[in-house]
Amino acid sequence: MKPPASHADPFDHDNLEDPGPLHERLREAGPVVRLSRYDTYALARYEHVHAALTDWQRFQSAAGVGLSNFRYEKPWRPPSLLLEADPPHHDAPRRVLSAIVGPRALHRLRDRWAAAAADLADRVLSCGDVIDAVPALAEAFPLRVFPDAVGIPEAGRENLLPYGDHLFNAFGPPNDLVAAGAGRIAGLSAWVNAQCARDVLTSDGFGAAIWAAADRGDLTPEQAPLVVRSLLSAGVDTTVHGLSAVLYAFATHPDQWERLRAQPALARVAFDEAVRWESPVQTFFRTATTDVTVGETVIPDGAKILMFLGAANRDPRRWANPDRFDLSRDPSGHVGFGMGIHQCVGQHIARLEAESVLTALARRVSRIELAGPVRRHHNNTLRAWRSIPVRLHRK
Amino acid sequence: MAETRTLRVAGKEPVADGVIALTLTDPGGARLPDWTPGAHIDLVLPGGLVRQYSLCGDRWDPYTYRIAVLRETGGRGGSAYLHDVLDVGEAVGLGGPRNNFPLVPAARYLFIAGGIGITPLLPMIAQADLLGADWQLLYGGRREASLAFGRHLGGYGDRVHLRPEDRYGLLDLPGFLGAWEPGTRVYCCGPAPLLAAVERACAGLPPHTLRTERFAATTLTGPARSTPFEIELARSKAVLTVPTDSSVLDVLTAAGADVLSSCRQGVCGTCEITVLAGEPDHRDSVLDDTERAAGTRMFACVSRSRSDRLVVDL
Repeated sequence: MKPPASHADPFDHDNLEDPGPLHERLREAGPVVRLSRYDTYALARYEHVHAALTDWQRFQSAAGVGLSNFRYEKPWRPPSLLLEADPPHHDAPRRVLSAIVGPRALHRLRDRWAAAAADLADRVLSCGDVIDAVPALAEAFPLRVFPDAVGIPEAGRENLLPYGDHLFNAFGPPNDLVAAGAGRIAGLSAWVNAQCARDVLTSDGFGAAIWAAADRGDLTPEQAPLVVRSLLSAGVDTTVHGLSAVLYAFATHPDQWERLRAQPALARVAFDEAVRWESPVQTFFRTATTDVTVGETVIPDGAKILMFLGAANRDPRRWANPDRFDLSRDPSGHVGFGMGIHQCVGQHIARLEAESVLTALARRVSRIELAGPVRRHHNNTLRAWRSIPVRLHRK
Repeated sequence: MAETRTLRVAGKEPVADGVIALTLTDPGGARLPDWTPGAHIDLVLPGGLVRQYSLCGDRWDPYTYRIAVLRETGGRGGSAYLHDVLDVGEAVGLGGPRNNFPLVPAARYLFIAGGIGITPLLPMIAQADLLGADWQLLYGGRREASLAFGRHLGGYGDRVHLRPEDRYGLLDLPGFLGAWEPGTRVYCCGPAPLLAAVERACAGLPPHTLRTERFAATTLTGPARSTPFEIELARSKAVLTVPTDSSVLDVLTAAGADVLSSCRQGVCGTCEITVLAGEPDHRDSVLDDTERAAGTRMFACVSRSRSDRLVVDL
């Protein structure tokens, strides 16, 4: 059966500013919607997004997880060995990185990151009550702890966010957002690639652990720098926007902040609920490896499929009152980190960062209140904030 | 949703003297957890016997696991049960999959199998061949009729060297390993004397060249339990009962404990809980053997208890 068609552009500025109405139209139109403008298929319901994410056999990543189809087009950078790879090539990099940033490694960082978050919260509060939560907290914390954990030098860290921003724009169509970043990307890429070399990395970080895996033969020496690059590509902007999302959520839901203060152990649940509610990574593409039937539609071999993680995370078929940010909800099973073999390998890092920041704030701040107009940052893949002015009421 | 994981026996066939192959599926027809070549699953058999078997099927088929089981005459009854008692249509408990024997990237592989040790190597060989790697297999066993999957392997032509002992004697390891050149990984699975011989034969090769998996007797201290157990929440002092057909995660969340989860297959590591007392029965794909033995952490979506009570930090 021919699927319903939509002429909407999910990557235009209106939809990037507020994707909710488009998401609802796509979800309600059917299990599959044809996006005529981009000659691609959209999945927006939880059930079908979840199924596509887990079915790596029929929904491949190696042809690119952006609009560009690597079967016919040359990737703009050497493809990621994780995000843009299928089994069996995907196996070794995934196995190595899962162990390095897995629960065991993160236990070692817990105390250090809690101290860093306490220190940051004290410093932010000493600068006055009104701050912009995006640079002062959501950017400052990941930019402080994550590059240290990877083991890259201090110099040049200001390149990480613009690099990530362009990378995530590049998964979309070649629109104005991509054009705006094109001028700087060669220089940014060169800097990022240079940080992946063995002799640049400290001896105790994730980066050194990746090179140690190459020494054991678990990776090839050619793979090691690209696996380090994956950490630097996917590990900064995503956590920044995840933290922004949870801080914005609390600034606009004071009752939920009360709840967190009363029960600080809810910090992990709060962050995942914010990831569900806001979906910092909004979309990824897959490519059909064969004719795939979804609902009553046959998606042909080689077609690009756009999965709307943000729409799935607010699908009323799966979530009661999906638009509500609610700490009494169990957000488990959301697809904000993806699902299946490509599920965010750094999700435990993101959770630990968020838990550290929220715990530090909950001890010091009785109320978070918007203190001015908020501004979105538009990115083809990320749901992002440029500015969230807030007043932090001290305890 | 009953979250204690079981597999249904969808097929059972002899594949060599004393060896059967089992085809296993999800009872509800769902996808099975993903795996990689070299992985094994735990089968939890009646009476709590836990046995490990390498997956030897096709990972591109997400609905089916395949294992091969040698009848162990001196064993403790696991293989006899699978051979003689378990019927098509019946259920067995599942743990894993886990992989302690992964295929690392290389341009060349030398595979050495002894008897039923061929099983983890089968998907590795399929993968090496798919990737266009240069590979050879040396496969020994008592007799030609005891070499499981020998005919299938014959399809690979002269990369495969079937060497039943009754015709060829002991495997010519120096001859086979003479083909080693830099960049070659050697994979071996089989009985302890073969592993020891291969280790000696590889002693002069660079470190990390040889990768082995041994069929060690399980180090678990007792049988898995098939009866309900209690879980005590140390902070709230609540004591909950986990029935045999519910997961720890479901019991905890139903009682209002805030335990986050994601994959519900023991893979992603989100639902980790800290164990203060009691002995977990680990069924996840995350922890290594040392972490399992420590018993201080578990994944609530799939893991259970060996002791009457688990005390957790919630």
